Amino acid sequence: MALITCQDLCLGYNGQEILHDLNFEVNSGDYLCIVGENGSGKSTLMRTILGLQRPFAGQILTGDGLRLDEIGYLPQQTPVQKDFPASVWEVVLSGFEGGCGWRPFYTKAEKQRAEENILAMGIKALRGRCYRELSGGQQQRVLLARALCATSKLLFLDEPVSGLDPKVTAEMYELIEKLNREHGITVIMISHDIGAALRYASHILHIGDRVFFGTNAAYRESGIGTFFTKGGEAQ
Amino acid sequence: MTAILEKLTLYWQYPFVRYALAVGVLISLCSSLLGVTLVLKRFSFIGDGLSHVAFGAMAIASVLHLTNDMPLVLLITILSAIALLCTGQNAKIKGDAAVAMISVGALAIGYLLMNLFTPSGNLSGDVCSTLFGSTSILTLTKTEVRLCTVLSVLVVAAFVFFYHKVFAVTFDESFAAATGVKTKVYNFIIAVIIAVIIVLAMNLVGSLLISALIIFPALSAMRVFKSFFSVTVCSAILSVFCSLLGILISILAGTPVGSTIVAADIVMFFVFSAFGAIFGGVHA
Repeated sequence: MALITCQDLCLGYNGQEILHDLNFEVNSGDYLCIVGENGSGKSTLMRTILGLQRPFAGQILTGDGLRLDEIGYLPQQTPVQKDFPASVWEVVLSGFEGGCGWRPFYTKAEKQRAEENILAMGIKALRGRCYRELSGGQQQRVLLARALCATSKLLFLDEPVSGLDPKVTAEMYELIEKLNREHGITVIMISHDIGAALRYASHILHIGDRVFFGTNAAYRESGIGTFFTKGGEAQ
Repeated sequence: MTAILEKLTLYWQYPFVRYALAVGVLISLCSSLLGVTLVLKRFSFIGDGLSHVAFGAMAIASVLHLTNDMPLVLLITILSAIALLCTGQNAKIKGDAAVAMISVGALAIGYLLMNLFTPSGNLSGDVCSTLFGSTSILTLTKTEVRLCTVLSVLVVAAFVFFYHKVFAVTFDESFAAATGVKTKVYNFIIAVIIAVIIVLAMNLVGSLLISALIIFPALSAMRVFKSFFSVTVCSAILSVFCSLLGILISILAGTPVGSTIVAADIVMFFVFSAFGAIFGGVHA
């Protein structure tokens, strides 16, 4: 059974429907890129799958023992975080909070896993540093380590490379690919970067006026992505 | 110097001075704990708004001639805090506008009620002392001190228990909600704690200066310290220190208690700012 199955999903915000009858599924080990123009509903789709808002119609099913709150999530930065006094260690550890229930403190095992995730993201040296003083790429690694604390199955990344320079962007993509290939973590990524999507993703979900869902190869053949790949000569 | 010590020893013999110091320490400790969260969540004005609501509630209590106005004030303030925080994104009137409405409305109604129904001739004196903190901290009864102690212990215990949850919800509410943290429940709990703290603090500094008591220690600590834990601990210590200092100075110099404490907070803010600017903060 698929990890996540979306059936006849209709969604939007402020009572306005922007996507309807969306069907797709994500299997364990997939690397799905969600692409589409601004305002096509990428972020709304993500918020709906994460349970932050309700779909208008249709349903989201989970399988393979995945609970909806077991999705690791890499959100875009919020203004609050720009002046938040928090050490890297505190931020990473907070990824476990969802699994804590009413338990007030973190367990030894959780702290141990947090250390491992910090090591895996290559930010061991930053452990005691203040989060707001890090560079954009370093902050993304910290948030990725936090997301790994919340899940060992599925990562949801919301434009993980926005605002990063090309070198750091490439490193970030490699890190995500490594998590997908070596750690077996399923990845769903929202991206504007169609080039990267075609390079790394196993499946593509294109939303907008025309909707496409299928494998990377099928997407290349379909020609829907030409607007992006040819540099936007349409219109 | 000996004259000052002699004066302090003399005052120490009076129970009301000891009560004032005890209550002062407790209230400043409680109010500093959630300061960081409030500043970062842009809830600073909720503190201000709620203190005005508490003022309105006190006016109602005095019109009803209640001898013990604490329960009524507490109830009304908690209800307002919940109303403000739980309307959330679906409210027609949002965030700052809702806070401003409740705050100004409660202030006006409170003053109106006092004006219409209070027989005492010294109306502006009454209003002034409610707003700026009266000598009431020096006239605390044993029951009030006990109630204040119990509530403070509860607030501190709740904060320690929910410390990691408060951090998660404040740092990144979307992530917390997406990964299964009951953000609504914790926001609700935070609202209740804030309301309790504000009602407590009204006795000390009055409703207008509550925001200062909540926000200054947190802002000062954030100039120097870089982790949530160290900022929280530092602002708690700083807040208690400033309150003690303020109360002692006000006893010795005969200045109003609330304003003296806030003045001490402001001085410490500049000291910490200077320290942070020179040393670039402590990496702890």
